This record gives sequence, structure tokens and C-alpha cells, in this order.
Amino acid sequence: MERIMSETTVLLVDDDADFLLQGRLQLEQLGCRVIEARSRREAVSILEGTRPDAAVIDLMMEDPDAGFTLAYQIKGRYPDLPVIMTTAVTSATGLTFEKVPGEDWIRADVILSKPVRAAQLKAELERLLGHVL
Amino acid sequence: MSSEPETLRLAVVDDELGIRLGVTSILSDVTVEIPEVGSRVRLQVSSWADGESFLAALDGTAPQVVLLDSKLPGIGGMEILEGTLSGRPEVVTIMITAYATLESAVRATKLGAYDFLAKPFTPEELRVTVRKAIHHHVLAAQARRLMEENRRVRFQFISVLAHELKSPINAVDGYLDLIRNRLLGDELAAYGDMIERSSLRIGGMRKLINDLLDLTRIESGQRVRTLEPLELAELARAALEGQETASRALDLAVTLEAEPGLTLQADRMELEMILNNLVSNAVKYNRPGGRVTVRLARRDGAVELEVADTGWGLSRDEADRLFSDFVRIKNDHTRDIPGSGLGLSLVKKLCALYGGSVTVESEPTVGSTFRVRLPL
Ligand SMILES: Nc1ncnc2c1ncn2[C@@H]1O[C@H](COP(=O)(O)OP(=O)(O)OP(=O)(O)O)[C@@H](O)[C@H]1O
Ligand SMILES: [Mg+2]
Repeated sequence: MERIMSETTVLLVDDDADFLLQGRLQLEQLGCRVIEARSRREAVSILEGTRPDAAVIDLMMEDPDAGFTLAYQIKGRYPDLPVIMTTAVTSATGLTFEKVPGEDWIRADVILSKPVRAAQLKAELERLLGHVL
Repeated sequence: MSSEPETLRLAVVDDELGIRLGVTSILSDVTVEIPEVGSRVRLQVSSWADGESFLAALDGTAPQVVLLDSKLPGIGGMEILEGTLSGRPEVVTIMITAYATLESAVRATKLGAYDFLAKPFTPEELRVTVRKAIHHHVLAAQARRLMEENRRVRFQFISVLAHELKSPINAVDGYLDLIRNRLLGDELAAYGDMIERSSLRIGGMRKLINDLLDLTRIESGQRVRTLEPLELAELARAALEGQETASRALDLAVTLEAEPGLTLQADRMELEMILNNLVSNAVKYNRPGGRVTVRLARRDGAVELEVADTGWGLSRDEADRLFSDFVRIKNDHTRDIPGSGLGLSLVKKLCALYGGSVTVESEPTVGSTFRVRLPL
């Protein structure tokens, strides 16, 4: 991988102030610039004027599946923009969101369960961006 | 009572043609009223001369009631009961037996037959027995539906609860991880905010657990209630005082308008919970410099207790969902306000204990008025 010196901008969407703060600290530690949004709606309006390099979005926000809708909207506008979804839902409901090849109704590139570890976030971002942070 | 009767299928399985024809003609114009569920039932009768053809047809449209002769030429009625029908609780079986074999009737009941008819039987005996069986079928089906619904509601409740408990744990876990990795360097002071936020989340979780225990105690009727005459104005004043710090922080103007001498026979703790929850919401979801007004009055044989605020208000749709467990309305104004979303569902359940009600009138951006009515 080649090191790209220009700053990476990440859109971070979560309705929980604590996860927003933690995500911001982790991303800034990686040298990223962070744009925060507290709801799907706010994220959509930010995306109208900005194309971030990646998005890290929460699943449950104003609606229980706001994250799915948002991922859909992001990919509709910027098909190549990497989307990482974070959720605490998986083990709580017994539902799993494992990405099944060929069944990609979930428009996120990867789903991470909360709390997200810094190392894991770094690895996934680098993989999806194709460069080292 | 619904006017359209529901049609149930009844199958008579007997090798005697006379029985098949008799049963068909006697039952074809029978209607059964089930007042418990407000329904009426008619029968559609089919008849079978032997067990084999009955069983072959069973997997298509199964009958709800079966009149089954215990003695059949091929496979016997007992075998059909034991081998097939006993595994289908939704099918009600009436065994047709001969007087001589009362013993077999008893055995049939043990194997899951609902009732039996001894040959020869009169048309009236047949009608009475079938009526009883239909009654049983309808009520049992209803009970099964309710149980299924309960299971579903319980699963949903536990899923949401698990999520609500997990979010604070995840938040604290996340902070611990950042601290462990010395994200902000080696100075402890740098982590003050993270530690503060962690305590807050743990506090919220503790409140959730306490609210949940209150809710469970009230729903299960476990708590010992002491009904005594309570001075409502005094309780309302205490509820307002309890929120003094919070209402001062928002610079709210708080007023109590109480009809003098208004008392209600009630449990003190329950009434406190109702008032505290409504007043705490009126304060929490208010805007800086707003107003909270509590009004107490007697109206139409009930006590009316109003808590009005000048807060952010609610849309029609939000107001409809509010009284359910864990419902929290998330918008720019409410997102950072802590709460478990159990307060109003608790209030609703408490009001129900008194045969009362709680309703809300609200206008977005203007404010809300919650109104509790408790019969005197
Ligand atoms: N007076 C009010 N004005 C506007 N919104 C309100 C008001 N009261 C309640 N709500 C909304 O209804 C939701 C549910 O209220 P409820 O009291 O059940 O839970 P809560 O206040 O979130 O938590 P708690 O269990 O701590 O009371 C709140 O989250 C809030 O969004
Ligand atoms: Mg409340």
C-alpha cells in the first residue's frame, strides 16, 4: 500500500453523544478529519455538499433501521464511498447481519459491533480505502 | 355480537350410513353462540365411512371438530385418536361409542378425546355435545392466540431491554478502551470527561433497572399497597420541589393551581410515581425560560390532575406511541436528555390500577398537557 499524505475525511453518524466522542477521538488519532452528524437526516444534508472519503454510521438512530436507509442513500449518491456500519443490535436480538455473498441488501461494506476497537476501525478503514492511515 | 357467523368444519367418521346421514341433517342448521368472544358459529359437515379415507383427506382442510366412531371396519377410531388426532390440539374429537364399552370411552378421554357420545343418542344429545365441543374449540383457539401474542410481546420487550442495557455498557467499555490505550497521553486529568460520562451512563443504567423493577412489581401486583386519604396538593408540591434544581437550571416558572382540600384514597408511593414522572418530563422536555403548571381539580366524579408545559411538544404520531415501554422521542432537543423511556408506561399502568386514564394533548414547538383522571 502506498501512503497518501492528503487528509482523510470521515463522516461519523451516531445519535449517541458518547459514541460520537469516542469515534471522533479514535479517528482523529488516525489523522482523519471528522465530520459529525447526529441523525440520518443531518447526515444526508451534509452529504449534499460534501463527499467524505469514508462514512462510519450507527444502525439505530431516529428509526431502528435508520443506518440501513442511510447506507442505501450514501451508496446511491457515491457508489464507491466506503461505509462502515456500527451496531450493538447483533447479539441483543439474536439477529445477525453477517454479510452473505450475493445477498447484499445491506449496503454497508462492513458491520462492526459496538464498542468499536481503535485497531479494528483502523484495519477496516485502511482495507476499504486501499491505503495506510 | 358479530352478525356474520364463522363456519367451522365438522367431520363424522362412522361406518353406519344412518349415523352419517342423521348427524349431517341434525347439525346442518345448528348455530352456536359464543358470547365470551362475541362470535357465532355454523357447521359445515362432511362424512366418511372409514378411517383410511378420513385420514387421507385430513391433510387438506382439517376439520376443527371430529365425531369419531370407536369401532370402524379398517383402522379403528382409537388408533386414529392415538396415532394422529392426539397430536393436533386444534382438533376437538368426540368419540362415538357403544353403551357396552363405557370403558373405552374413558380410555378415549385419556387419549385426548374431548368428549364422547354413547350409541344410540338422541338428536338433542348430539346437539348439546357438539355445542360444548365448539365452545371449547373457539375458546381454546383464542387462548392459543393470546399465548402466542404474549410470547411475541415478551420477546420484543426483552430484545429492546437488552439493547437498552447494552448501550451504556458499550459506551463505558469504549471509554475504558480509550483510557487503557492512553489515547490522550499519560495524564489522568486528560480523561476527566470520559470518566464523568462513564459515571453518567452507569447512573442511567441503574435508573433503568430500578424503573424496570418498579414496573414489574406493579404489573405483577407484588407490591403491598396501602390505600389512605392523600392530600393531592401536598404531593404535587413535593413533586415540583423534587425537580427544583432541574427547573432552576432551565429558569422555568412553576405554578400549582389546586382546588383546596382535594383528597384521594390511594397508595402514596403510586401517586408519587405518577406525579414525579409527569412533572419530571414537563421540566426535562421544556425550553429555557418556559413554564410548568400543575392543576388539580374535581370533575365528573374524578380527580383531574394536569401537568402542562411549554416545551418542544409532540406530533400526533409521537403522542400515540409515548405510553409504550422504552419509547423515547429522539430529536435535536431531546437527544441528550437522559431517560429510560419507561416513565410514561409506568404512569399508564398505575392509572389503570385506579380505573383511571392518562392522556396527552400536545402541539409541536408549543407544549404539552398530560391529563390524569382518577375516579374518586
Ligand atoms: N412533557 C413532554 N414534552 C415533550 N416530550 C415528552 C414529554 N414527556 C415525555 N416526552 C417524550 O416521551 C418520551 C417518553 O417519556 P417517558 O417519561 O416515558 O421516558 P423518559 O422521560 O425518556 O425516561 P424516564 O423513564 O426517565 O422518565 C420521552 O423520551 C420524550 O421524548
Ligand atoms: Mg420521563
